[in-house]
Amino acid sequence: MSGKPKLYYFNARGRMESIRWLLAAAGVEFEECFLETKDDLTKLRKDGSLLFQQVPMVEIDGMKMVQSRAIANYIAMKYNLYGKDLKERALIDMYVEAVIDLNELLVTHPFQPADKKEQHFATIVDKATNRYFPVYEKVLKDHGQDFLVGNRFSRADVQLLETLLMAEECKPDILAKFPLLQSFKARISNIPTIKKFLQPGSQRKPPLQEKDVPKLMKIFH
Amino acid sequence: MAGKPKLHYTKGRGKMESIRWLLAAAGVEFEEEFIETKEDLEKLRNDGSLLFQQVPMVEIDGMKMVQTRAILSYIAAKYNLYGKDLKERAWIDMYVEGTTDLMGMIMYLPFQPADTKEKNLALIIERVTTRYFPVYEKALKDHGHDYLVGNKLSWADIHLLEAILMAEECKPDILSAFPLLQAFKGRTSNIPTIKKFLQPGSQRKPPADEKFVAVVRKIF
Repeated sequence: MSGKPKLYYFNARGRMESIRWLLAAAGVEFEECFLETKDDLTKLRKDGSLLFQQVPMVEIDGMKMVQSRAIANYIAMKYNLYGKDLKERALIDMYVEAVIDLNELLVTHPFQPADKKEQHFATIVDKATNRYFPVYEKVLKDHGQDFLVGNRFSRADVQLLETLLMAEECKPDILAKFPLLQSFKARISNIPTIKKFLQPGSQRKPPLQEKDVPKLMKIFH
Repeated sequence: MAGKPKLHYTKGRGKMESIRWLLAAAGVEFEEEFIETKEDLEKLRNDGSLLFQQVPMVEIDGMKMVQTRAILSYIAAKYNLYGKDLKERAWIDMYVEGTTDLMGMIMYLPFQPADTKEKNLALIIERVTTRYFPVYEKALKDHGHDYLVGNKLSWADIHLLEAILMAEECKPDILSAFPLLQAFKGRTSNIPTIKKFLQPGSQRKPPADEKFVAVVRKIF
């Protein structure tokens, strides 16, 4: 029994990707067990391994943790990526929760019905460039520091980078009006653990292809 | 300037209700400023008060906090309702995320099209009684304590009570197969701060009715 955390999910980004990012950024090696069929999911459920019958599930420190936020909170705290006090945590939480909202839009895009896709795409771009990115650009501008909170690398930086890259996959020039986010992106991408995660062959997962959507839907239905 | 927290939201439950519950359970007095029209929301946005242009927003300890979970986590930690260590926090987080999912389903029910309501209600009841409640019933059974985590009142207990009462509004006998949750409900409702919150005249909000749904659609 290795001490490494073990991730149970599909071989896809979904709700597990932020957890992969966080572990990788913290320099923590982890194993993965991929669900490929409905039977795989059913077996996990029958084993009693999934508290609410859902994945993500991560075996870590003797616990079978579920609920992506709970898992991410635990990892962030354990590896000192959650600020130095309550107020820093509050800021990190606010920034992360908004990033999760934007992520949700990005992640659900492949699953939109064909006739809604274009409008959904427009919504993503509108929200990213008018609601979310300006906030982070301003945060970086106001304090002039390298990291979002407390002049120190935190979970907020990791999750923002993840989302910036996903947004660029959607629209490559989406950061055009955000010079500080561009330099943030470059800077955080160069942190050794993150740089490693961004290289081919890492456990980072590719964007969902439309052709993979039916297979994923089958696992759930 | 320290003072009472000030909540900015519509005069209904929505995403602010869990925050009201937590503050009340912690015995913290708070003020509320209600958004009644679209103009009220626009004003808050134009003031620069809403970091991501959204409510809930809570003025607390010199911050204008947004994002429901961020606010709840802050309050829970500040008032010692978040467990004593990392592992207890992990369990509280897991339980709270479960009750959040459960309440999320119920919260959106009044906003669903009328012809899907019955089907959605049936799905909610099924999920509540087969996926969620059994987990909390088992947690209480396994350790035999009064509270979900660490033998001490935490955010998880307050959130579960809120979820139980909401579920009962959907189906009054929904706890019939869950004796420990029934006892939990009785016990937790009797905690003085919570008992006070459950009395008429408190800042607890009623379930959304058609009139409220119309107001919300107009504002947002």
